[in-house]
Amino acid sequence: MRAQDILLFAAKTLRSYPARSMLIMLAMALGVAAVIVLTALGDGARRYVINQFSSIGTNLIIVLPGRAETAGGFPGAALGQTPRDLTLEDARWVGRLPQVRRYAPLNVGVAELSAAGVLREVTVLGSTAEILPIRHMRLTQGNIIAGNFENSAQIVLGHKLAQDFFPDGNALGQRIRLGDRRFLVAGILAAQGESMGFNSDEIVIIPGQHAQALFNTQSLFRLLIEARHRSEIEATKAAIRETIIRRHSGEDDVTVITQDAVLATFDRILRVLTLGVAGIAVISLLVAGILVMNVMLIAVSQRTGEIGLLKAIGTPAITIGLIFLTEAILLSLAGIILGLILGQMGSLLLRLAYPQLPAWPPVWAIFAGMAVALLAGTLAGLLPATRAARLDPVKALNKR
Amino acid sequence: MIRLVDVSRIFHMGDQAVRALDHVDLTILPGEYVSIMGPSGSGKSTLLNVIGLLDRPDSGQYLLDGKNVTDLSETEQAEVRREKIGFVFQSFHLVPRMTAAENVELPLMLTGMPPAERKTRVMKTLRAFNLVDRAQHRPAELSGGQRQRVAIARATIMHPTAILADEPTGNLDYRIGAEVMALLEALHQGGTTLIIVTHDRELGLRAQRKIAMRDGRIENDAR
Repeated sequence: MRAQDILLFAAKTLRSYPARSMLIMLAMALGVAAVIVLTALGDGARRYVINQFSSIGTNLIIVLPGRAETAGGFPGAALGQTPRDLTLEDARWVGRLPQVRRYAPLNVGVAELSAAGVLREVTVLGSTAEILPIRHMRLTQGNIIAGNFENSAQIVLGHKLAQDFFPDGNALGQRIRLGDRRFLVAGILAAQGESMGFNSDEIVIIPGQHAQALFNTQSLFRLLIEARHRSEIEATKAAIRETIIRRHSGEDDVTVITQDAVLATFDRILRVLTLGVAGIAVISLLVAGILVMNVMLIAVSQRTGEIGLLKAIGTPAITIGLIFLTEAILLSLAGIILGLILGQMGSLLLRLAYPQLPAWPPVWAIFAGMAVALLAGTLAGLLPATRAARLDPVKALNKR
Repeated sequence: MIRLVDVSRIFHMGDQAVRALDHVDLTILPGEYVSIMGPSGSGKSTLLNVIGLLDRPDSGQYLLDGKNVTDLSETEQAEVRREKIGFVFQSFHLVPRMTAAENVELPLMLTGMPPAERKTRVMKTLRAFNLVDRAQHRPAELSGGQRQRVAIARATIMHPTAILADEPTGNLDYRIGAEVMALLEALHQGGTTLIIVTHDRELGLRAQRKIAMRDGRIENDAR
């Protein structure tokens, strides 16, 4: 029997059982669509996070005291130890490098903020005026000027703190106590909410020297640097490291990390997540495969007489098996095409419903979904096909 | 020529062995018109199935046109069936979703013949059986007699050397049955070997050679 005749025979058969064929097709289609939509969702989440990071600034280089083998931070830092101080003077030297656009030394601690009878523990960032552009923070009121801010007792209040301490909205120019020192409110941060794990609405920013005195430390917590060009980020990193090594008597005792390293970690995690949801969706394809097998088995038993006849007129067992296998494969293919359309439409709906989520299905997921569906359909067709091929012609003919 | 030498076929029903064919020797010459009669369970259908290569004997030899076909592979036996044997069944066995023309075309399709040539031959055969105006009808739209005519057309389209008919008129009324028999006998007139299995004594007696079976043996073989 010619291949095209087998194909035609199988296709004709499928057309004469439209309800049954549609059902299997739909099951296959939903499986394929599930793979596409779920991976679109996973990959969309990944891209969303990457975009968020990029908005913070990918030119960012972070220097932290202590040598770490991985980007995880110095192990002793948790115990309050630092091997050698990273000082404000170090920061100034680094700041003079031509590749550095701006830098902000950073000290972080907790202190009591009090004014007009209100008292609260707040997170304190000690830095320079440059912290604002580097961390993409904005002031709604007031202004702090680089060079001036660092040498004065000025304070910038987080949006929520300003509201809580000065409900009248006249915070600017007021004096406020932080720990045992008094500061002049010079600016109020715009409301930004939670970003990268800390709430900038409930922090205060004071000059670095005041923070170091307040927390009684000589060392910086971090040194944030913004490189002039994204393409020069590796060269800038090397220059920074070299500068600090020179200042630290030749010892390489700081860790320099870039935003890219953090980004790569998130990228990896979310890729695995996408793979995970793809795996879950594949299960639905296997279920569809089992449905194909079931329906094909029913078809074999319904068409036993026909199989007997085909044998009587001289159809070899292998050809009968091929006919049934072809039916299963054709059904799967039709389901795959329908699923492809449904999946793309589903992803489109996701993108329309959540415009900030770039829910595009990854190409590998589309192909993997189609391949698994075809494989499941073919494997599911094998058992019924074998059963049909092996039927005893006499018994098959006598069955009504 | 069909030649069975000491052929036995044994079925196992639970722990009981039933000899459907019990050391049967039989020779049927080309062009003979043979009826096989006997009560149910006498082995007449099994004999027909063995002759038609649908069933394999448990012992003995089967020579078809001088060639031993007993131990051919499944695929080789299928090819012999396709080329040399045409079956006609009591229940017609037409594929319900195919038209009369498509049903008749099925054996040709198995040979790998190109569609155009198939169509020509199908139309020629349908014309011979006066079925041209029924060509595009499905079996459900045909009368019993028409269905059996389509089945006979299908059985003859490969020009087999033998037509094997198992109760060909069993599902038809008397008049239509007679028409179908006339068709089969016309094929015999054309030189085809015709073997008919039947309960119907009147039908069986029409054959030139009448074989009576009982308990898996040939009880009587009358010419």
